[in-house]
Amino acid sequence: MSSDHIYLDNLLDHYRNPRNYGEIKNPDFVIEDANLSCGDEVKFFVKFDKNKNVIEDIKFVSRSCAVCKASASILTELVKGKPISFVNSLTKKDVLNFFGGRIDPSREKCALLPLRALQSKTKAIEEDSHKNQKDLF
Amino acid sequence: MFDPNDIRHDFPILNVKVNGKPLIYFDNAATSQKPKQVIEAIENFYFLKNANVGRSIHTLAEEATELYFQSRKKVADFINATPEEVVFSSGTTESLNAIANVVAEKFLNPKDIVVTSILEHHSNLLPWVKVCKEKSCALKVVNANKNWTINIEKLEALLKEGAKVVSLTHVSNVLGTINPIKEVSKLVHSYDAILVVDAAQSVPHMPVDVKDLDCDFMAFGAHKMLGPMGTGVLYLKKRYADLIEPWNLGGGMIKSVKLLNEVPELSCCKVTYEDTPIRFEAGTPNVEGAVGLSAAIDYLSKLGMNSVLFHERQLVKYLLENLKGNSFEVYGPKDENSITGIVSFNLKGIHAHDVAYLLDKLAGIAVRSGHHCAQPLVNILGTVATVRASFYIYNTIEEINAFIEALKEVEKMLK
Ligand SMILES: Cc1ncc(COP(=O)(O)O)c(C=O)c1O
Repeated sequence: MSSDHIYLDNLLDHYRNPRNYGEIKNPDFVIEDANLSCGDEVKFFVKFDKNKNVIEDIKFVSRSCAVCKASASILTELVKGKPISFVNSLTKKDVLNFFGGRIDPSREKCALLPLRALQSKTKAIEEDSHKNQKDLF
Repeated sequence: MFDPNDIRHDFPILNVKVNGKPLIYFDNAATSQKPKQVIEAIENFYFLKNANVGRSIHTLAEEATELYFQSRKKVADFINATPEEVVFSSGTTESLNAIANVVAEKFLNPKDIVVTSILEHHSNLLPWVKVCKEKSCALKVVNANKNWTINIEKLEALLKEGAKVVSLTHVSNVLGTINPIKEVSKLVHSYDAILVVDAAQSVPHMPVDVKDLDCDFMAFGAHKMLGPMGTGVLYLKKRYADLIEPWNLGGGMIKSVKLLNEVPELSCCKVTYEDTPIRFEAGTPNVEGAVGLSAAIDYLSKLGMNSVLFHERQLVKYLLENLKGNSFEVYGPKDENSITGIVSFNLKGIHAHDVAYLLDKLAGIAVRSGHHCAQPLVNILGTVATVRASFYIYNTIEEINAFIEALKEVEKMLK
């Protein structure tokens, strides 16, 4: 079998046994996003420590292809216990590195959906806190 | 009947290797491959006959014009129209947009009803959404019946309410189901309404006779029927061709343009348009496209459209038998005789994109996955995406065997 594809052991492992899969009761926030054009949907549940600005706990559910699900699974492992500044510092390149550094252009959207979803919230939080700091001075 | 193995020699691309495997091309509903005969016809046009058409009087221009005229005649004969009723366009999408715009301009008034169906490709839905909004008309989307063709009772109810225009696909690009256009046109005309048919998926795969179907407008493209991209046809029944104003204006489509006053600054123009169909083809046309389509029609006519359909149905029958296991969810009718060469399905619990991606990477098999530009229909099927295998004249039973083996491999990998 040719191994010139992205469904390598790491991806398949996260697809078959997604980490942090499921819901959190009483989350501090829930984030949902979808690539409607291909039918990928992902939903994150986040416990957030406002004082420390840290993601205390995170889980997800998805209705999606393997690339999107594995990407979300790897992402939750990466960001759990981390400050949101870390989440916001993650880039497309970091996600592609989950999959050995390259991904077919047609599948990039699938891989990037989870990070885009999560950052839509974490970036807003960071901006708000900057604004509040400015207000203090 | 023809042997697809003979035909394959005419398609150079079928020798290409994809990911180390011989290409298996099952994405014909998206676009077909092109035989040498079509590619050579285009090449010959540019090597030997290239000139602008319908303008200059030198020999080359005469020859190019004649070639363009012959191509139009070929298309007309193929669908049993007259050449005056055949307008060349850039494709199905452009044809449908033009039809929606001119039909709306000429025949629709505020509060009128336009009917389309759940089976439509977005290109036969979005133009109607636009013109209905502009004209304050109501667009009604009729559901399918249990055979996944249009629900005739619902259609008739809307005609009774006074619907003015019905625009319907002939063959579903997701399910391959065939709408009974002849029956629909009788019904639509008995209420004095207009029938538009999207024939993008029918003309390439089955005999289509516009006189027999008696539709008023029809759209299809060359690239799904062995011809080049960027070329399509807009059929308009003679009666309408004479009623409708040109929608594109420019060179090559007028009899005369005259200033009404000797002082140009004070003048207005009096314009007399050419007769149909020339009046609908402003600007330099896509002659290479028309020539390529003509060669494609020659190729298909030699095989015979009944044989083309028969061949596709044999492949569909064989595939459906092999998709019976409970790993698969197959959408639409399971009877090859009610569809063309299109099968939509899913491997249960696995996203269509995963299946399509791995079929390509592991086995060099090209299929489409997604909503196929028919999102409302795919949602009604109860999913967000399907895998679609679509066949044409050069596909074989051996290729389907390889496809089934590859599907098993994909399932093993992702279960
Ligand atoms: C039923 C149907 N209508 C319209 C179209 C649009 O054709 P094109 O993209 O060639 O304009 C397609 C092609 O995908 C189709 O399958």
